[in-house]
Amino acid sequence: MRFEGTAGYVATDDLKVAVNAAATLRRPLLIKGEPGTGKTVLAGEIARSFGAPLIEWNVKSTTKAQQGLYEYDAVSRLRDGQLGDARVRDISNYIRRGKMWEAFTSPALPVLLIDEIDKADIEFPNDLLTELDRMEFDVYETGERVIAAQRPIVIITSNNEKDLPDAFLRRCFFHYIKFPDRSTMEAIVAVHFPDITGQLVREALNIFYDIREVPGMKKKPSTSELLDWLKLLMHEDLPLDVLKSRDTKTLIPPLHGALLKNEQDVMLFEKLAFMSRRGGGQG
Amino acid sequence: MFLNFLTELRVAKIPASLKEHLTLLEALRADVIDFRVEQFYYLSRSCYVKDEGLLDRFDQVFGKVFKGIETIIDTGTAEIPEEWLRKVAELHLTEAEMADIQKLGSWDEIMATLKQRLEEQKGRHEGGNKWIGTGGTSPFGANGYNPEGVRIGQDAGRQGKAIKVWDKREFRNLDATVELGTRNIKVALRRLRRFARDGAADELDMDATVSGTAKKAYLDIVMRPERHNAVKVLLFLDVGGSMDPFIKLCEELFSAARSEFKHLEFFYFHNCPYEALWQDNRRRWTERTPTMDLLHKYPHDYKLIFVGDASMSPYEINYPGGSVEHWNEESGETWLRRMLDVYPAAVWLNPIPEASWGHGQSIQMMKTIMEDRMYPLTLGGLDGAMRELTRAR
Ligand SMILES: Nc1ncnc2c1ncn2[C@@H]1O[C@H](COP(=O)(O)OP(=O)(O)OP(=O)(O)O)[C@@H](O)[C@H]1O
Ligand SMILES: [Mg+2]
Repeated sequence: MRFEGTAGYVATDDLKVAVNAAATLRRPLLIKGEPGTGKTVLAGEIARSFGAPLIEWNVKSTTKAQQGLYEYDAVSRLRDGQLGDARVRDISNYIRRGKMWEAFTSPALPVLLIDEIDKADIEFPNDLLTELDRMEFDVYETGERVIAAQRPIVIITSNNEKDLPDAFLRRCFFHYIKFPDRSTMEAIVAVHFPDITGQLVREALNIFYDIREVPGMKKKPSTSELLDWLKLLMHEDLPLDVLKSRDTKTLIPPLHGALLKNEQDVMLFEKLAFMSRRGGGQG
Repeated sequence: MFLNFLTELRVAKIPASLKEHLTLLEALRADVIDFRVEQFYYLSRSCYVKDEGLLDRFDQVFGKVFKGIETIIDTGTAEIPEEWLRKVAELHLTEAEMADIQKLGSWDEIMATLKQRLEEQKGRHEGGNKWIGTGGTSPFGANGYNPEGVRIGQDAGRQGKAIKVWDKREFRNLDATVELGTRNIKVALRRLRRFARDGAADELDMDATVSGTAKKAYLDIVMRPERHNAVKVLLFLDVGGSMDPFIKLCEELFSAARSEFKHLEFFYFHNCPYEALWQDNRRRWTERTPTMDLLHKYPHDYKLIFVGDASMSPYEINYPGGSVEHWNEESGETWLRRMLDVYPAAVWLNPIPEASWGHGQSIQMMKTIMEDRMYPLTLGGLDGAMRELTRAR
């Protein structure tokens, strides 16, 4: 069982090593990196490559660790009790299984994605330490103990909004997805648009990497923005020289809406274009 | 051998523990990687480093510990440096053997003997690979030592371009020790906010204490962390020098975090604090706050943060009348010490890169007066300073 990337995902060598280490030793793999660098889709690709089911747990600011194990729906039970429903006698009717439970009891070895763990409360990772370590937990209401038949492959992503506790980190393998360099990016583009012309990619990447260098941007465009933009460019079938001519008028790239998602960034570019036009006029 | 690696990482302040180390050994034993050095680099990086800010430091340590090991693109074999092999030799040959060979002749002979010894080991299919002290596999071959894959010493006639991923230092700009700038100011702010919150002490939870006491029928005192805005800070900024842009940055940083602090007051000084400070730069000569008043006005649980390059003539620090701008009756040092006596929690942030501090006499003097609590104006420095300020004193 080795992860070598997939037809739809370009994995660098260091990423492969990290994934294979985590998958072999069945320790969680913590993935960080700029937004849009493929952290979330990675888990799905690992699942696909191993032929394993993917179980996704998307963490929000209100998510509690316990919800990943199970929740006891006391309100429903109270209601059923008032209505005289027979189900009320069996408390297990009111236990809602969480994603971890699902992963622990999955018949086939699953990939469990815990996406954006840093969104939750600072205690969240600590609350999952033993469960991730031992891959088992107790259901107090029923006295049942849920034990993983086989340790799932666990992929955890973070956008760095909060630091994660040391005890948690010690249990993980770690990989930081470096922003793709040009050749990696070309490979990623090729995976998504096998029919795109080399020339369009070249010109578009020139502009794309230039834009990322502009100081003072609020949100630098990333892989996902680039892919959206390329799709538009292909769809519009713009003549290539619109991209190639890098004079003052095109300082704002064509169809920039896909690349610049932030109002202030668009204004920044308009200002820069204006200044360079003025500079050019005087010069 | 690998323990040495771990030690070096820890010396470089990468918080790798034995737990990570064992994980690495386990992964090696499980054949997660093949015998290429690069793969070993990726694997150990993934085990030891859990913070992208430390990746660059890791690269440097790796480069140092495994100096001379190069991956040859065309064959993917590794070159092992002599000094490393020397260590391996120490493990595989007894001390007496080593001494004998050394007495007899050259290093080459030791190498030859070692090579032979390793060959034998391989022939006997012994799992006894002592490099990593686990009896497991070595990173350079699934079946223990692999003499074909490894060449001893440097062989100049060798074809092929050598690359070392770790030498590319691709993670340099993620390092927490680069100076603060617009790039990382958001992160800095986040840390400052955390400081403002974590710096809080416990307070009595009155409601919980009352109900707890009623329920338990004995006095049940419940404490809880004091809510936000508990930290009180006096910020002293050195203005009017070459460091103004950095000072400005720092000022903005703290202003942005202002709502998180219970109290945050700005004061300005030039080069060194003396008997008076000012709060508005436009009225720096007309509206001055006597330092003595400040000491009386703000209670001693305020925390002091000085920001300045501490670069000046030594007279400006330790002589009365040494100030370049006015006649000071008492030396800057006297005033600084007076401030530090009142406020036990204090730090100095210095925008000058830490590596150059040794060159400035005045920086050293200030640092001594600050009892070493001087930190560079970097993310890492800011962290260190905040940690120092929250330390119970
Ligand atoms: N290495 C890659 N190979 C193929 N596609 C990629 C790669 N990296 C990113 N992409 C594409 O970029 C897009 C964004 O990926 P994804 O949503 O996983 O990013 P993310 O890192 O999770 O972002 P965020 O931090 O915003 O959640 C996806 O459409 C994905 O297909
Ligand atoms: Mg994502």
